[in-house]
Amino acid sequence: MSCKPMKKDESVPLAQHRRTFFTQAAAGVSLMALAPGVRLVELAMANSEDSLPSNDKRWGLLVDTAKCESGCDECVSACNSEHGLSGHGRPETDAQWIRKVDLKDEQTGHELSIPILCQHCEDPPCVDVCPTGASFRRADGIVLVDKHICIGCRYCMMACPFQARSFIHEDLTGQKTHSPRGKGIVESCTLCVHRIDEDQEPACVEACREAGHDALVFGDLEDAAGPLASLSRKTATRELRPDLKLNTGVRYTSF
Amino acid sequence: MRAPTFQHMPSSTPFWWVAAIATAFVVVGLVSAHHMESAGHWVTGMNNRVVWGVPHVFAVFLIVSASGALNAASIASVFGRETYKPLSRLSALMAITLLAGGLTVLVLDLGRPDRLIVAMTHYNFRSIFAWNIFLYTGFIALVVVYLWMMFEPRMNRFVGRVGTTAFAWRLILTTGTGSIFAFLAAREAFDSAVLAPMFIAMSLSFGTALTLIFSALIFSIRGDGLPTALMLNLRRLLGYFVVAVAFFVMVDHLTRLYGAEHHSMERFILLEGGIYPMLFWIGQILLGTILPVVMLLQRRCNTLAPTLVAASLVLVGAFCQLYVLIIGGQAFPIDIVPGFSETSGFFDGVIAEYQPSLAEFGLGMGGVGLALLTYLIGTRVLAFLPTTGFDSGPSS
Amino acid sequence: MRPKVINLERNSIAGLIALCLTLLLSTGDAVADVVTPEVPMGRGAQCVEPIEIMRRDHFEFIKHQRDQTVYHGIRGSKHSLAGCIDCHASKGTEGEFLPINAEGQFCQTCHTYAAVKIDCFTCHATVPD
Repeated sequence: MSCKPMKKDESVPLAQHRRTFFTQAAAGVSLMALAPGVRLVELAMANSEDSLPSNDKRWGLLVDTAKCESGCDECVSACNSEHGLSGHGRPETDAQWIRKVDLKDEQTGHELSIPILCQHCEDPPCVDVCPTGASFRRADGIVLVDKHICIGCRYCMMACPFQARSFIHEDLTGQKTHSPRGKGIVESCTLCVHRIDEDQEPACVEACREAGHDALVFGDLEDAAGPLASLSRKTATRELRPDLKLNTGVRYTSF
Repeated sequence: MRAPTFQHMPSSTPFWWVAAIATAFVVVGLVSAHHMESAGHWVTGMNNRVVWGVPHVFAVFLIVSASGALNAASIASVFGRETYKPLSRLSALMAITLLAGGLTVLVLDLGRPDRLIVAMTHYNFRSIFAWNIFLYTGFIALVVVYLWMMFEPRMNRFVGRVGTTAFAWRLILTTGTGSIFAFLAAREAFDSAVLAPMFIAMSLSFGTALTLIFSALIFSIRGDGLPTALMLNLRRLLGYFVVAVAFFVMVDHLTRLYGAEHHSMERFILLEGGIYPMLFWIGQILLGTILPVVMLLQRRCNTLAPTLVAASLVLVGAFCQLYVLIIGGQAFPIDIVPGFSETSGFFDGVIAEYQPSLAEFGLGMGGVGLALLTYLIGTRVLAFLPTTGFDSGPSS
Repeated sequence: MRPKVINLERNSIAGLIALCLTLLLSTGDAVADVVTPEVPMGRGAQCVEPIEIMRRDHFEFIKHQRDQTVYHGIRGSKHSLAGCIDCHASKGTEGEFLPINAEGQFCQTCHTYAAVKIDCFTCHATVPD
């Protein structure tokens, strides 16, 4: 575009005026539209930083697979009722935050049953791949989905090595107040963050203990005097898929 | 060779028929999207194991092809080949409309497409998806500028520079698309750096096949045909690109076959997986690679009709390849506890069932229809079509 | 020819300015015959914030609070959504709580009036515990 500087005494035709007005108005409106976006990006970044007061804790779970029976699903039922995961009779699309998986050693035939849930990794692949930052790791180690900014792209479901995430495939009603969930959002085990914030333990841990199995132990991985650390000193613990170096918050013993 | 001149697409009965068909596809796409969004994804075949289905096959196809569709313009502007110059404007238009179609399918399949504004204002830059949002929209903006350089005579001298930028951007964009899968360490079928160059080769192959088909269509609507020199050049290129894709596919599988850890995955894809080996060997290899390459190398097939058949076969192979990659890659179970077989109520350890629903095909076809419709409208609105008689004869 | 074009320009711009001013300056009070919504009263003597502030800024409070809860685990504060529902949910004829986003209930009366679609109750419980 030839941009000759305009001389002051040159009369500008009205059509030119109109063009200039609309260009400037459009530029102004676009800037106004961009500005909140820039602000929101700031906000999103600020909130995701480890600014939690309790970042000296790291919540974790220890699963003693020797105490875990094959037919038992107390933890699953407790989780389902705590969070209102009622299901719709469609197992392929119904949400599951914790599930019992029956394992069989391919060489020896030895069988065992373990619960698999979100492993609350220190380096979560789901957090890496989420385009909006909805999948995030709280400073105290709990990996969560900010359901307000999840767009339901399901990339985190592709990225999770433990198939821990579920997508909500239908309209929901009757949600629990402490567990909001809705159509088109991805979700997974929150380690009962709403209970942890009130100094309680996750529903699955409580249910397992009340059923007399005590297979699940909840605690602070950073606490050297706590139950997780002392148990880990006595017996070998491992994480699932240690080759991926995710440093999970959920550990397993006795297999 | 004298500089080509351009014209608007004249109004004609064939034009309106093709536009009507494209519009019908768009309507089907919108109805499908509405059905999926209002009822929720349970009405589709997608589930918690196969989270990306037929819509994503279409979307990835359209996005990858969009990058390759700019090739004709790139060859003219960046590599200076005069034969391609008459096709530059149409090539750029195709790139924009194909990308728009692909992105539309992608956005409408989101669980919350109403949150597109959120996606445009919240970014996690560790995610290749976030980068892709900029790569895709930036590509459209860049190609619009590229077209401006082509259309405005006073800006023609910048066509080379903008064209080179667009060329580089294409490569980065396609790498970004391939990286969506390449970065997934959790999935055995993906998790491979070779997917990035493979996607670049795919973009060249699919984009050139679509260029042949769309260009032949648009010229036949106008009443003449794709000029011979251009057709001969494009078919030769297509042959090379199909071979390039086959090379990357072969390297990928051979490497995987070497490790014992990958044997069950490879056996599933190549031998025992039911629909997946069928689509791979018959769709992707036989129909999508061997047959087209044979046809494109044969001198007696170097007329328009066999060329278009070969291009269509390449597209059949394209869909089969993307279906096997994206859906097959999800159908195979993740080995959560290596050394153990897994069974559960959440379909661990088993091949996932996936029955694509009509709505998913409808949405995908809607994207194709949108690409075609906006392409047609574009030729009416601005002078994209090269005028007849610019054919400089068979190339040497 | 030219004078006519200029008059059209000036009249259009003047008309546009007049329209904008009319829209900007007209308030609910200024336009006497507009129907304002009948909002069901909540429990308690007053809301957690003054009514005028709530009417204009309640979404700001809710939005700020949601990030406080999700990212910092702060629950049960005065701006929590669950708190709103606790006070503002009405009961039906059999003493059961009615969903707060149902027609004629607290949220919908104003939101239908203002033609602003709310997204909260796709996910959040519509009745108190």
